[in-house]
Amino acid sequence: MPEPLFRPGERVRVLKAYPLGHVRTPFYIRGCTGTVERICGAFPNPEELAQMRDGLPPQPLYRVRFLQKEVWPDYRGAAGDVLEVEIYQHWLEKT
Amino acid sequence: MADAPFRGCHDLGGLPAGPVERSEHDYADWERRIDAMAVLLGWKKVVTVDQRRRNVEALPPQAYDALAYYERWVVALGQSLIQRGLITSAELARKMMEVEKRA
Repeated sequence: MPEPLFRPGERVRVLKAYPLGHVRTPFYIRGCTGTVERICGAFPNPEELAQMRDGLPPQPLYRVRFLQKEVWPDYRGAAGDVLEVEIYQHWLEKT
Repeated sequence: MADAPFRGCHDLGGLPAGPVERSEHDYADWERRIDAMAVLLGWKKVVTVDQRRRNVEALPPQAYDALAYYERWVVALGQSLIQRGLITSAELARKMMEVEKRA
C-alpha cells in the first residue's frame, strides 16, 4: 500500500471541485472540512477503472468524519451529530 | 461554463426529496438475470462495477428518472460491452429487432 499522506485525527478539506467523469466524492461534501477517522486501505482509483484503465497505483481511502451542522447549514439535530464519508486521498488536502 | 457547478443527476445527497421507500419487494426474473449477468461480466473482468456506474450516471436525466433500477443496469451493461468492443451497435440493433419479432 502506498504511504498514506494523512493520519487518523488529522484535519482535511475535501476539494471544492466539479470535474467530469465518474466521481465517487459526493457533491454535497466537496469543500467541507473534517477529521480523518481511519485509513480504510488502498484501492485502484475508481475514476480510472470507470474509464477502463487499471487505476494504479492504488489510492489510499479514508473515512472522514464531518460535523452534520457544518455540512448542512439548516441542520436541526444535536450539535455533536456526525457524518462519515469514505473519500480517496486525491480528493483531500491539508487544512 | 454555466455558473452552477456540474452535478450528475444521480448525485442527489442533500436535495429535497420525498420520504424514503423502505418496503422490500421480491425480484422479478428479468432483474435476477441482469444481476447475474453483471456478476458474471465482473468475474470475467469484462465490465467493472465502476464502468457500469459510470454508464448509469451518463444516462440523460430524463432516462435516469424514467428507468427502473435494473433497467439502468442493463442499459449500462450494453454500453459497457460496446465500449469494450465485445458487441457492436449494429449487432445489438439486429438482435433487438429479432427479439421484438418474437412477441
